[in-house]
Amino acid sequence: MKRILFAAVGLLSLAGAVNAATLDEVKTRGSVNCGVSQGLPGFSSPNDKNEWGGLDVDFCRAIAAAIFNDPTKVKFSPLSAKDRFTALTSGAIDVLSRNTTWTMSRDTTLGFNFAGVIYYDGQGFLVRKSVGLKSAKELQGASICVQTGTSNELNVSDFFRANNMKNGEVIAFGTLDETVKAYESGRCDVFTADRSQLAAVRLKLTNAADHVILPETISKEPLGPLVRHGDDQWFDLVKWVYFALLNAEELGVTQKNVEEQVNSQNPDVKRLLGTDGKYGEGIGLTADWAVRIIKATGNYGEIYDRNVGPATPLGIERGLNNLWTKGGIQYGMPVR
Amino acid sequence: MSDTTAPLTAPRVSPAQAYVSTTLREQEPAPVATRGPVLWVRRHLVGSVPQVLLTLFGIWLVYVTVPPLIKFFLIDAVWTGTNREACLPEKVGREVGACWPFVWAKLDQLIYGFYPASERWRVNVVYALGAILLLPLLIQQLPGKRLNAILFFGVYPVVAFVLLTGGNLEMQRFLIGSFSGSDLFAGAGTVQGMRVSFWIDFVVSTALVTAIAYLVSRIVAGPEAAPAAAKTTLSAFVLLGLVIFAMDIDVGLPQVETRLWGGLLVTLVIAVTGITVSLPFGILLALGRRSKLPLVKALSIIFIEFWRGVPLITVLFFATYMLPLFLPGRLTIDGLLRALVGVALFASAYMAEVVRGGLQAIPKGQYEGAMAVGLPSSLMLRLVVLPQALKLVIPGIVNNFIGLFKDTTLVLIVSIFDLLGSMRAAFTDPNWASPTTLFTGFGFAGIIYFVFCFGMSRYSMALEKRLDRAQRH
Repeated sequence: MKRILFAAVGLLSLAGAVNAATLDEVKTRGSVNCGVSQGLPGFSSPNDKNEWGGLDVDFCRAIAAAIFNDPTKVKFSPLSAKDRFTALTSGAIDVLSRNTTWTMSRDTTLGFNFAGVIYYDGQGFLVRKSVGLKSAKELQGASICVQTGTSNELNVSDFFRANNMKNGEVIAFGTLDETVKAYESGRCDVFTADRSQLAAVRLKLTNAADHVILPETISKEPLGPLVRHGDDQWFDLVKWVYFALLNAEELGVTQKNVEEQVNSQNPDVKRLLGTDGKYGEGIGLTADWAVRIIKATGNYGEIYDRNVGPATPLGIERGLNNLWTKGGIQYGMPVR
Repeated sequence: MSDTTAPLTAPRVSPAQAYVSTTLREQEPAPVATRGPVLWVRRHLVGSVPQVLLTLFGIWLVYVTVPPLIKFFLIDAVWTGTNREACLPEKVGREVGACWPFVWAKLDQLIYGFYPASERWRVNVVYALGAILLLPLLIQQLPGKRLNAILFFGVYPVVAFVLLTGGNLEMQRFLIGSFSGSDLFAGAGTVQGMRVSFWIDFVVSTALVTAIAYLVSRIVAGPEAAPAAAKTTLSAFVLLGLVIFAMDIDVGLPQVETRLWGGLLVTLVIAVTGITVSLPFGILLALGRRSKLPLVKALSIIFIEFWRGVPLITVLFFATYMLPLFLPGRLTIDGLLRALVGVALFASAYMAEVVRGGLQAIPKGQYEGAMAVGLPSSLMLRLVVLPQALKLVIPGIVNNFIGLFKDTTLVLIVSIFDLLGSMRAAFTDPNWASPTTLFTGFGFAGIIYFVFCFGMSRYSMALEKRLDRAQRH
């Protein structure tokens, strides 16, 4: 079944390559079609005001702001994991911003381009504070709850083998809720999943403060927005929206001070905000493209803090997602 | 029985047989309570040892389920709050049951989905109109059933469609293809041009199909039948044209794409469409399956067996992801429409078999009697067979309706958020994640589904009772 689907997706990507100029289509349509998840805490979920919110959602808003100067000109399509790629190849959406891991096969054979890594995720461990563990290296002999059929299951045994540790028992469950219930009821000492998921799961536990996520990350799950092959202008646009968000944070340009920063004498800020040079025209927009983005959504740090950061219920530290200048690996290419 | 003769025949009883009294026993006084709660309890709860055990088991069952539920949903429940903090035991300082503020906060989402807030009155009008038209239709004593039915089944869907979507279909082609000649009348690519193109196509298609119907019936059934066939086809097309024309009227309402619909709205749209389409189509299919015309019979059987043989999930998945691969070019069919068609076809096939069960229960004498008084077959079905057959299968029909209502949740797999889908999406809001959010949400969704399904069930039982009057003695 998977193979057939992939073959179908492959066929479609051939057909999809014909209709280029996504930006023109978006402009005539008057909105960006953005694929998001059907609900993932902190990344895309409907809020109390009946609007989509989250990291992935805000990125699409940033694209809309860059093009239309209006972050509401986005149409969100909630997609399941199965049909997200079909939706992108068939042209139903312009950009897929749906916590999708950047892998080689997706980037190449499926016919997509990843525009960047909006969130560096990875597998982590959730344990009870009362156990007194400080590091994943101390997990020797622990029983571990994991969702079956996920890469998490394979990663955890790899991790133990690589560190010459004996894992007591890996207990796999069919669904996420089942796995969480088993962990909560004490069937196992450790619950393992991607870190963003661990943070979301922790909220559902009684006395969330009694549980802690261990510092180690044992797998690479770079999540990012992707576009179809065959339209380099659109690919550039999405990519540079991402870089603009990062550069803005690095240069201290925020949603609040962006109006003042337009008058800044810092050459980097001037180039980013379009007061020096017309770099925005290179992606089919006007020179002040980045100003529109920052005004609408804020810089990367603001988006992060608003949706998943330490002040939100999820409370995920920046970690790898911090700027390269602050110990993370988020690195915006220079606007020059 | 033969008590009175017992004294006369008594001697013939052999000693090995039972004792038979030779005199009348004295009458015992009437029981203390022949009615009332004490007798009822004695008879129904503690009448015998198995009964006592069952009663104890029942009490135990109620004891272990009901108090915890009441405790969770009412006593320990949190009723007000603005975010998850209100439902966290460590913040509230006591055990926390249902987190009702979560449901209040998400109520709009559950009823309207992402339907724009400024346009929600349209959904409310559709809900209200539906209730106003449906209720008198269900109450037998009220007059004007024919007008009511025409309004509910004919006018209401069109009005609801225009209100919910905003009308203005933007159709370009009908059966044949778009007419580039229409560009002469209005600008190419404009809405007006597309509309002209559509209606030219419609008129040409109508003429063509009518001509084909005329010719075919002339060849198959002879020259006398041909004008009638042509007339039927033509009037069907005229009716269709009127409906499309009414739907296409631009009443000035902003368009609301079905992508934005959700929650209870989607559940009701799918369920009501499925229910109202499946009954007439099911009856037609059931009649077709029993037809003596081999082609009609074969087509009906193939249709029914195909749709009964594939799972609904497969149908929905296929319609959503595979169909676009086969359709030419940029032609896309609305996602909700695809799901609606899939559900309607599926439900029709099931309904057909239920109705066929009723048809088979009608004795042959009924048909023969109808024929003997000279009823043509259409009248025989309408006046004699169907009223009896349908009455017999009311429980089955309502069973299908209830099943269909609950099956609507499957549209979630094709990215349409029905009531349950909206609820699941609401669970992922980190501002409301708490240990009890999940249970509260599912509990609330369960209550809503129960209200609808229980309502249908009770109405069907009342209907059965009413129609059964002739058979009670």
